Amino acid sequence: MFQARAVVLLRPVEPGAEFLVDRSAVTAFGATDEGGAATVPDELLKHCRDALARDDARTVETEQGRYLVQTIAPPPRLIVVGAVHIAQKLIPMARLAGYRVLLLDPREAFATDHRFPDVEISHDWPQEAMPSLALDARTAVVTLSHDAKIDEPALKCAVESDAFYIGALGSRKNHARRLKRLATLGFDDEALARIHGPIGLPLGGRSPAEIAVAILAQMTRSRYAR
Amino acid sequence: MTAAGTGDSFARPGDVLRTALKWQEEGRDVALATVVSTWGSSPRPVGSHLVIDADGSFEGSVSGGCVEGAVIRAAKQVIETGDRQLLSFGVTDDEAWEVGLACGGRIEVLVVRVE
Repeated sequence: MFQARAVVLLRPVEPGAEFLVDRSAVTAFGATDEGGAATVPDELLKHCRDALARDDARTVETEQGRYLVQTIAPPPRLIVVGAVHIAQKLIPMARLAGYRVLLLDPREAFATDHRFPDVEISHDWPQEAMPSLALDARTAVVTLSHDAKIDEPALKCAVESDAFYIGALGSRKNHARRLKRLATLGFDDEALARIHGPIGLPLGGRSPAEIAVAILAQMTRSRYAR
Repeated sequence: MTAAGTGDSFARPGDVLRTALKWQEEGRDVALATVVSTWGSSPRPVGSHLVIDADGSFEGSVSGGCVEGAVIRAAKQVIETGDRQLLSFGVTDDEAWEVGLACGGRIEVLVVRVE
């Protein structure tokens, strides 16, 4: 359930049939005035596919009138690795910003319902949990555990994916060591440069909540920089 | 995981649509307002939603709060009559003092009853 697909909602401005369009199918709601099955003109289908690709909405003028072409996309996802204090602050902030969050930490004493009420939690190791999550360009991965055994397999999965943001908590020195270890797995500089470390925009904050703001700010910038 | 009905006025389109569905399932009469077009610096993009019930309760936003009042009034009419309305707002409107967009943009908002 941590995955969902985007669809396009196609609605005429004037009364008429409405449609749901996804990558492979068109579903019509309502019928034409003549009572026949409603079909989407090719010209509009093109706009639907384009809107889906760009995750946007637009109004299109056609011979049949004006249509609103609107992508209804699942929320962006954030995978937080490490059930630490910063995670307790980052997760509610990310949810407010519209993210669906999954918390990964094999240390059951850390990732508890008590410390993370109402949070989706997995106690699997990242290398077990992450391959089936289909990390896509709507997904951010943040590693916070400070434990290389947990963080680094997660970073490996993230770098191999299309995740739009990858951030790793840790000092400059620790990050440099981490990159060296990841390089031995065969990742080149370009791949490793996708990892933001030290994590977050340099806002100068120190408390867990302030660091969470810096992380969410950097995620936001990455999301719209493309 | 922004749930429907959290009062988040910048919710994603899907969240507002879920709210519309939930309200309707609760037996409330519901109208859905959608930004159809924008010109200039309008605060919310095409596709932004406001869901309104017959009592004037609402979730979502179609502007930064500038025209919501007028959209809610129109929505009550739409719920009553079932006839959709295409509203346009801009600083040059007669109603400018009341519901103009302070930012100087113009927007069109489609209001339909959720059947």
